[in-house]
Amino acid sequence: MGSKVLRAFITLAFVVMFNFFLFRMLPGDPIGLYARGRNQDPEQLVELRRALNKPLLEQFITYLRNPFDSTIDSTRFSRPVWEMIGERVWPTLLLLGTAILLASLIGIWIGIRAGWKPGGRFDRMSTGTTLILYSMPEFWLGMMLLIVFSVGAFGIPGMFPVGGISSPGVDTSGPMGWLNVLWHLVLPCTTLVLIYLADYALVMRASLIDERKQEYLTLARAKGLRDTMVRKRHAVPNALLPTVTLIFLSLGFVVTGAITVETVFSWPGLGLLTYEALRGPDIPLLQAIFLMFSIAVIVANLIAELLYVVFDPRVRS
Amino acid sequence: MNVSAQRRRLAMTRFANSFRKDRSGMTGVVILAIFIATAILAPILIPDAALDVTKADGGRFEGPSFSYPLGTDESGRSILLLLAWGTRISLTVGIAATIISMVLGTAFGIAAGHFRGAGSHALVGVTDWFLVIPFLPLAIVLATVLGPSTTNLIIVIGITSWAGTARLIRAQTLSIEGRPYLERSKALGAGNWYQMSRHVLPNVFPLVLANTTLTVAIVILSETTLSFLGLGDPQAPSWGALLDRAFSSGAVSRGAWWYVLPPGICVVLVVLAFTLVGRAMERIVDPRRAS
Repeated sequence: MGSKVLRAFITLAFVVMFNFFLFRMLPGDPIGLYARGRNQDPEQLVELRRALNKPLLEQFITYLRNPFDSTIDSTRFSRPVWEMIGERVWPTLLLLGTAILLASLIGIWIGIRAGWKPGGRFDRMSTGTTLILYSMPEFWLGMMLLIVFSVGAFGIPGMFPVGGISSPGVDTSGPMGWLNVLWHLVLPCTTLVLIYLADYALVMRASLIDERKQEYLTLARAKGLRDTMVRKRHAVPNALLPTVTLIFLSLGFVVTGAITVETVFSWPGLGLLTYEALRGPDIPLLQAIFLMFSIAVIVANLIAELLYVVFDPRVRS
Repeated sequence: MNVSAQRRRLAMTRFANSFRKDRSGMTGVVILAIFIATAILAPILIPDAALDVTKADGGRFEGPSFSYPLGTDESGRSILLLLAWGTRISLTVGIAATIISMVLGTAFGIAAGHFRGAGSHALVGVTDWFLVIPFLPLAIVLATVLGPSTTNLIIVIGITSWAGTARLIRAQTLSIEGRPYLERSKALGAGNWYQMSRHVLPNVFPLVLANTTLTVAIVILSETTLSFLGLGDPQAPSWGALLDRAFSSGAVSRGAWWYVLPPGICVVLVVLAFTLVGRAMERIVDPRRAS
């Protein structure tokens, strides 16, 4: 268990190093980019330039002392980058949390039905659908949902807002405000659920098919248990374990969806912030976002590995 | 040499025969053939003027009509022609990035499986690092540093997508390393390079090929995503870049579905086709893995 934590730390250390040195390779004058279009104190610029002229190793040590330095400003928004990230965390957690929860429930249900009778009618239909969903760029699905259900096309009237997290002027602290947020959540959340559930259904299906070959299921049947009971009591709980682990492990894939779908729906979370940062490009902001996403994914991976050890006695030895 | 060449030919024929019986795999091949033909014929069939903004003769955001079967874009160009040209760019980027990814993945995988000790640990460590780091943030950071161009896009996708292949190839290499013929060749004094290139590589190669087709599918999706975010060459209208332009020119709020729907359908068809072919190949090459 200790070795897993250590490995996560080493991975993290490499992220920090990579994050520092990669951006030192950038061509052009970072100070010029930083000061462009702003009324910057010339003395402060000289100070910044002197900091950048120091030896690379010295700069690296300064950086290592505090990678989450609260005085680092975004070049585009002239505000501390970590403060901006802090503000944007909650909309993303709301969107991704809802989407992952719904997608795993629906995906696992589809996976169970398909995997219990592989080759059957439900399996053929659901595998076909999930493969198509799996081949879809998530932002394209989002754009199509926007055109059909928000702008209105093919005879369907627009029912949902075109973007944002709430209508302007609505107070989101009361119940009416929550409903307003929920109304804005429907389309981006549906997009992500459809994309994620394809992955989860495929994994659950494969895992259940693997489990079907196990001898304890033959024993359960030999005891005279009905097919439904064999499935519910014996096969599914065991097949669920690798699936749940994989849901945690797929957070990297979840992040991709968040960036593009938040962009399409102007959902004011970390994904949209990433898009705004790369359109600049706003290097300090981009650096901080990369560090933040990497940490989130590394921690999720660690949790998945530790959970696996807790729940599966077979890997403990 | 002759014997092994003959045996290889026999294996190829057997593979082709099993593949032809796989219905979903053949569907994939047919879809791919149509797209590849479009990509090759695009420069012959499409006049340069059709892509030139200054020579566009259609109206802005016109719906599908007889002269513009898929309507027009924000500067009056035919979307059908842009789409056909995009096939060329999307497929080129997809295939080139896949080649980089497969070469890296195979080299890392075989070396990590063959060598022992610190070197192997380091290779596995690098592979794991690339597997853990979220793909899109890493790709965005790399693409920003390198600057937007088609070549850089290919490099970025190649660098970020090889780790899965490496892990698969390493596992296969480890199982081959234990076989008697490798022990025999070691006893006869074969060097590391000889063992890896003559014994391990030919044995993992079928798996590499099956994995390649699956990788192309993922790589094309990655290309679409990165181009949509504006990290590709703005002058090269790949499918992703088309969707980016549709998005930033306001096609969505105008309800111009004919601008958004076709590029996505193309991506889905090509990715699905590669996935179907890859899964069919995997079923034949490695029936145990593909349950």
